[in-house]
Amino acid sequence: MMAPVSSIMLSIDGSIAALFVVFGLGVMVSRQMLASLRFFMWQASALTASALALAYALQAVNLLWVALITFTTKVIAVPLVLRWAAGEEVYGRREVDQAMGIPASVLVAAMLALVGWFAVAPVLPTLHGVPFAAINLPTGLIMVLWGAFTVAVRRESVAQLMGLLIMENGAFFGSIAIVHNLTVIAEIAAAVDVPIVALVIGLLIRSIRRITGSTRVGTLDKLHER
Amino acid sequence: MNVEWLPALILLVPLSGALLALLNRRAAPYFSVFAAFITLILGISAAWHVEAHGPIHASDGLFALDALGALYLLPVCFVYFTSSLYAIGYLWARQQEQAKDEAEPRYRQYFPLMNVFALVILAVPLVANLALMWIAIELTTVFSAFLVAYEDRAEALEAAWKYVALTSMGAMIALLGVLMLYYGTHAAGQAPTWDGLLCAAPHMSAPLLLLAFVLWLIGFGAKTGLVPMHTWLPDAHSQAPASVCAVLSGVETSAALYMLLRIYPALAANPGIHDPAAWYMTAGLITVGSAAFMLLQVHDFKRMFAYSTIEHMGIILTACGIGAAVHEQGTVYQLFAHGFTKSFCFFAAGLAGIIFGTQEIAKVRGLISRSPAAGWALVLGTLAIAGAPPFALFLSEFEILYTGYSSGQYLPTGLLTAFIVIAFIALAYQATRIAFGAPDNIPEQHTAPTIKIPRSSLAAMAIAFIPMFVFGFYLPAPLLHLVHEAALMLEVPA
Repeated sequence: MMAPVSSIMLSIDGSIAALFVVFGLGVMVSRQMLASLRFFMWQASALTASALALAYALQAVNLLWVALITFTTKVIAVPLVLRWAAGEEVYGRREVDQAMGIPASVLVAAMLALVGWFAVAPVLPTLHGVPFAAINLPTGLIMVLWGAFTVAVRRESVAQLMGLLIMENGAFFGSIAIVHNLTVIAEIAAAVDVPIVALVIGLLIRSIRRITGSTRVGTLDKLHER
Repeated sequence: MNVEWLPALILLVPLSGALLALLNRRAAPYFSVFAAFITLILGISAAWHVEAHGPIHASDGLFALDALGALYLLPVCFVYFTSSLYAIGYLWARQQEQAKDEAEPRYRQYFPLMNVFALVILAVPLVANLALMWIAIELTTVFSAFLVAYEDRAEALEAAWKYVALTSMGAMIALLGVLMLYYGTHAAGQAPTWDGLLCAAPHMSAPLLLLAFVLWLIGFGAKTGLVPMHTWLPDAHSQAPASVCAVLSGVETSAALYMLLRIYPALAANPGIHDPAAWYMTAGLITVGSAAFMLLQVHDFKRMFAYSTIEHMGIILTACGIGAAVHEQGTVYQLFAHGFTKSFCFFAAGLAGIIFGTQEIAKVRGLISRSPAAGWALVLGTLAIAGAPPFALFLSEFEILYTGYSSGQYLPTGLLTAFIVIAFIALAYQATRIAFGAPDNIPEQHTAPTIKIPRSSLAAMAIAFIPMFVFGFYLPAPLLHLVHEAALMLEVPA
C-alpha cells in the first residue's frame, strides 16, 4: 500500500497525460515525416515529465532513472540515430502516405481510446493504493493501440517506425504508475534496446530506399500467396 | 567446473563467435561452427545438470534454468550448431547459383549476425527476469532482420520489413503485459521470475492477470505466428536463406510460444480466471485449421514449411489447452521435437532450391533423380514434420490426440485430428510431387546445371536427421526424465 499523494500531483500528472495523448495523436495524423518525429520527441518528453512527477510524488528513486533513460534514448539518441540512418527521408519534409484519411483516422483513434478504457476499467478497482494508475494505465494502453493503428495505416517506413516507438512510450507511460522497481539491469537493457531497435530499423529503411528508390513500404507487395 | 558459470558461458561463447567472425571474415564460418559446437556441449551439460540436480540459479538471480527451460535450450543449441555447419557450403553454393542475379548477398554480415541472433534466443530460457526475457525476444527480431534480408533484393527487404513491423508491434503490446506482471509479482512480494509469478498468481488480481495474458497472447502470438498475426512468417521464410529459416522456424518462433506456455500454470492457479485452457485451445485450433487449409494451396516449398510451422505452433498451443495428461509426451515433447525436425526440413528445402534454382513447386519435379540425397531428405523431412511414424513428432501428436479423446474432449480433439490429417495430406502430396514427379515439361533453366551439393550441408543434414529419427522410438533415460520434469512445470500447482 502506497502513501496517499496530493491532489496537485494528480492534477499535474493528469495534465501531462493529456499532453501525452495530444502528442500521440500528432504522430498518428501529421502529414509530414519531420512533424511526426517532432511529435514523438515531445511525447517522449511528456513521458519523462510524468516519470519525474511520479518520482517526486512517490519518492521513487528508480523513476528518476527511467526519466533519465527515456530522455537520453528517445529525445536525444533516437533522432540522432534516425538522422544518421535515414536522414534524407526524415528531414526532407516528405509527405506521409497513408491508407486511411485523417478524419477517419481520428474517428478510429476515438474508438480505440474507448476500447483501451474499457479494457483497463476492470483492472483499476483492484489497484488499491496505486494513486496514478487510473491516469497512466488507460492512457498507456490507448497509446499502445494508437501506435499499432499507426503502423497498420501508414505506408511509410519511417512513419511506421514512429508508430512502434509511440507504442513503447505507451507501454512505459502505463507502467511507471504501477512499476517503479525494475531492476537496474533491466533498466540498462531497456535503455540499450530502444536505440538498437531504431538503428536497425533505420538501416533497414536505408536499404529499402537504396533498392527501391523510396521508403514507401506500402508499395512493397510482391510477396503473397497466389 | 562451477555450474553457476554455465548460463553466462553459454551466452559468452556465441558473443565471442560473433566478435571473432567480425575480426576475421575469411575464417568467420569456422569460428561460428566452433562457437556453436562449444555452445551445444555447454547446453547439454546444463540440461544434464538440471536433470540430475534440479534448477540452476546463478549470478545473484540474473540467470535461472529449470527443466522446461533446459528442454527448450537443447534444440536451440542443436539448431544453432547444425545451421552454422550447413551455412558454410550452402551460402557459397547459393551465391554460385544466383550469380546471374543482380542481388549481392550480405555474406560479410551473415556470421556475426547469426551468432548474435543465436545469443539472444539462448538468453530467453536462461535469464530469470521477465523484463530481460522480453528484451531478448525483442532483440531476436532486431538481429535477424538483416538475415532475412540477406539477399538485399526488393522481395527480401519487403519480407524483412513485414517481419520487423509485425513482430515489433507484437513485442510492444506484450511489453505492457510484462510490466503488468512485474507489478503483480511485486505486489505479492515475489520476484519477477517464473517461480515468483507462480507463487504470486493465486493472490494476483484476476482482471490484471487476464489483461496481461491477453496482451501476451496478441503480442507474443504475432511472433509465434498465430493466425491472424502469421502473415510475416511465410514471406520471411520464402526469402531468407535456408540456414536462417532453420533457426527462425525451428527455435525462434518457439521462443515466444515458450513464454505463452509458461504463463499457463499461473493463469490456472488464479481462482478468478475461469477456464484458461479455452483461450489456448481456441487460439491453437484457429491457427492449426487455417495453416492446414493454406497448406493445400501453397505454391512455394519454403512457404509450405513456413505454414507447417504455423500449424505446429497451433498444435502445441491446443495441446497445452487440452490438459495436464498431454503435457509429457505431448506439449513439451512437441516443442522439443519440432525444433530439430523443422530445421532438417529447411536444410532439405535449401538444397532443393539450389539444385533447381527456384522454390516454385510447379517447376520442381524429380528431385530424387537429380539428387537422391536432397530428394530423400525432403521426403523424409516432410513425413517427419507431418507426424508420420517412426519420427519424433509422431510420438507427440499421437499422445496429444490419444489423451484428448481419452479425457473426453471430443470436439477440440476431433477438430485437431481433422486439421492434422488435412495438413498431412497436403504436405505428403506436395513432397511426392517434388521428389517423384517426372522431370518433364519443366522449363530449360530449371532443369539445367548441376551444382555440387556442399559436404558441410550434407553433414549438417545427417546430424539433424539423428534426433529426428532416433527420438521417435528411443529416448535416453535422462532426456525422458527431463521431459517429465518439464511437463510437470506446465501443470497447475496444487
